[in-house]
Amino acid sequence: MNIHEYQAKEILSAFGIPVPRGRVAMTSDQVERAAKEMGGHCVVKAQIYAGGRGKAGGVKVVHHPEQAQDLGKDLFGKKIVTPQTGPEGLRVRRILVEEAVEIAKEFYLSITLDRGSSQYMLIASAEGGMDIEEVASKSPEKIITFAIDPFTGLRPYQARRVALALGLTGSVCEDCVNLILNLYRAFLEKDCSLIEINPLVVSRAGWLMAMDAKITFDDNAVYRHREYPDMVDYSQLDPLEIQASKYDLAYIKLGGSIGCLVNGAGLAMATLDVLKEFGGEPANFLDVGGGATREKVAEAFKIILQDADVKGIFVNIFGGIMRCDIIAQGIIEAAEEVHCTLPIVVRMDGSQVDEGKRLLKESGLNVECGDNLGDAAARIVKMLG
Amino acid sequence: MSILLDRHSKIVVQGITGRSGLFHTQQCREYGSNIVAGVTPGRGGIHIEGIPVFNTVIEAVKYTEANVAMIFVPPPGAADAILEATDAGLDLAVCITEGIPVRDMVPVKKMVTASTMKLIGPNCPGVITPGQCKVGIMPGHIHIPGKIGVVSRSGTLTYEAVKQLTDLGLGQSTCVGIGGDPIIGLNFIDVLKLFNDDPETEGVFMIGEIGGGAEEAAAHWIRENMKKPVAAFIAGVTAPPGKRMGHAGAIITGGKGKAADKIRTLSECGVTVSKSPTKMGEAMLEAMKGAN
Repeated sequence: MNIHEYQAKEILSAFGIPVPRGRVAMTSDQVERAAKEMGGHCVVKAQIYAGGRGKAGGVKVVHHPEQAQDLGKDLFGKKIVTPQTGPEGLRVRRILVEEAVEIAKEFYLSITLDRGSSQYMLIASAEGGMDIEEVASKSPEKIITFAIDPFTGLRPYQARRVALALGLTGSVCEDCVNLILNLYRAFLEKDCSLIEINPLVVSRAGWLMAMDAKITFDDNAVYRHREYPDMVDYSQLDPLEIQASKYDLAYIKLGGSIGCLVNGAGLAMATLDVLKEFGGEPANFLDVGGGATREKVAEAFKIILQDADVKGIFVNIFGGIMRCDIIAQGIIEAAEEVHCTLPIVVRMDGSQVDEGKRLLKESGLNVECGDNLGDAAARIVKMLG
Repeated sequence: MSILLDRHSKIVVQGITGRSGLFHTQQCREYGSNIVAGVTPGRGGIHIEGIPVFNTVIEAVKYTEANVAMIFVPPPGAADAILEATDAGLDLAVCITEGIPVRDMVPVKKMVTASTMKLIGPNCPGVITPGQCKVGIMPGHIHIPGKIGVVSRSGTLTYEAVKQLTDLGLGQSTCVGIGGDPIIGLNFIDVLKLFNDDPETEGVFMIGEIGGGAEEAAAHWIRENMKKPVAAFIAGVTAPPGKRMGHAGAIITGGKGKAADKIRTLSECGVTVSKSPTKMGEAMLEAMKGAN
């Protein structure tokens, strides 16, 4: 689960990590007022669920409140396209106005899961403000990483080693030790899968500060943080993805014409692959869960049909323990409930396959059955020709 | 022989009184698995479908000599359930539960690694040794006993692969679903090692997907160590970057975890990679022919 930069900074601040003074604005008038508060000279930052905003014109320094207001007028409602947003871009609904800070030095600092060692990993670099993947490929020696033992946690001596390696000395070095320890505390308590401060800066005045921050929460842990659902900015998400998540369906819009309904994530990915192999363009990824219950299949149909690009539907259910006649019944009821008239190709496997196919054939729906994955994929591609 | 499970395995089901716990207990028993006990805290003393239920795993082990756990405990208690199985000295725990927070799994992984217990999952379909024992939620009837070991990060895609193998007459020694989460117990290499040492396994089919670097690591291990032919399929060639494709671990981040890179590395390391999910069985057949 993603949140905005200003929300990430609120969390960091609550854990004792210094951030620039700032205000969130929802209108250009609010941007002007916030800029006045900061003394006119300030930074205006569009809030979207993606990085790379600076180069795309989403982050600018202004010198007068009127200039901030004009920029606000320009940014609100505008779609910002960055390498992380995809070609569609993301619309700006919130703007963060922050005091301008004179920067002396910039660093990179993050904590995330290292899947290789199954431990959390601290990553730091003296090359702040740059894309860490770029630094990793060009000058890997400039990156400091170490795995955090889950039982001892992150120790002060380890944090000090990082601070020293970043070239910090004196009181700023000790500030950095505390900041790193607090960062790990926030990471654990908030069930994050990523906290990234880029850049972490030392100001001309000698203060350590998180100038930009990104936090991603572990989706599996959202259930134990009651405040998280309220933090979501739905304007940043695809409406169909929002609807799908309410029913615990994994849905991702892709842009083609073949709506896909599959049980199981791996099989759903393989289904997209096979459609492309046969020359089709999948409209979406949709996993109804391994069990493929009737309720979920019905909801999945509703979601797929709301996508105007969909010209036909491909259902791929490996029933396994579930009987195919029951799955067929579920598909028929769901298709009837949503008045689906589009062509459907169904590929089912499991017990009672023949009975399931008979039910579909006699249903009066515009439906064909494939004998296996390849046959079914070829059929739907051909039907949509 | 086989790996992890055979007809002598004695199974305790943690979370046996839950809806899916009970359903799959019945399914596994029908397949022939020897389910000796169930555990649900607070329900100790009752019998469910004739199976004695205990409050703790250690009690279940004491009275029934169970050596394998099948875990259906919901996410808030699942990490604890795995640790309880570890503490009771079991040989194997298979955790089916999907949705366990990563923060819970980090210390569990470390504890399990330091113990003698093997963990499969979480977020997996389980393990089956066809004709002998099933600990999981996969459909038993698509499997036939044989010589191919199967190891996979997926659930239903594994069923698809197994069905293709079965249709071509390639039976399976053991099929292991290692799970779709970022932190899991046994990984590809751990399971490949077991298959490499199992005299009844003559070839291995491996199913991977986008995200992480486990397939690449396995590829290099195979090149150095594997004595038996390996075929593979990687799902998600067409998956867009930055999107979580259903599984918690299936995501391309920072240009890493792409299917194309995994396929290239596996091919370079001598693995027969199926280009299409419709040809997984054929790829295995081809790999076996090449070995003879």
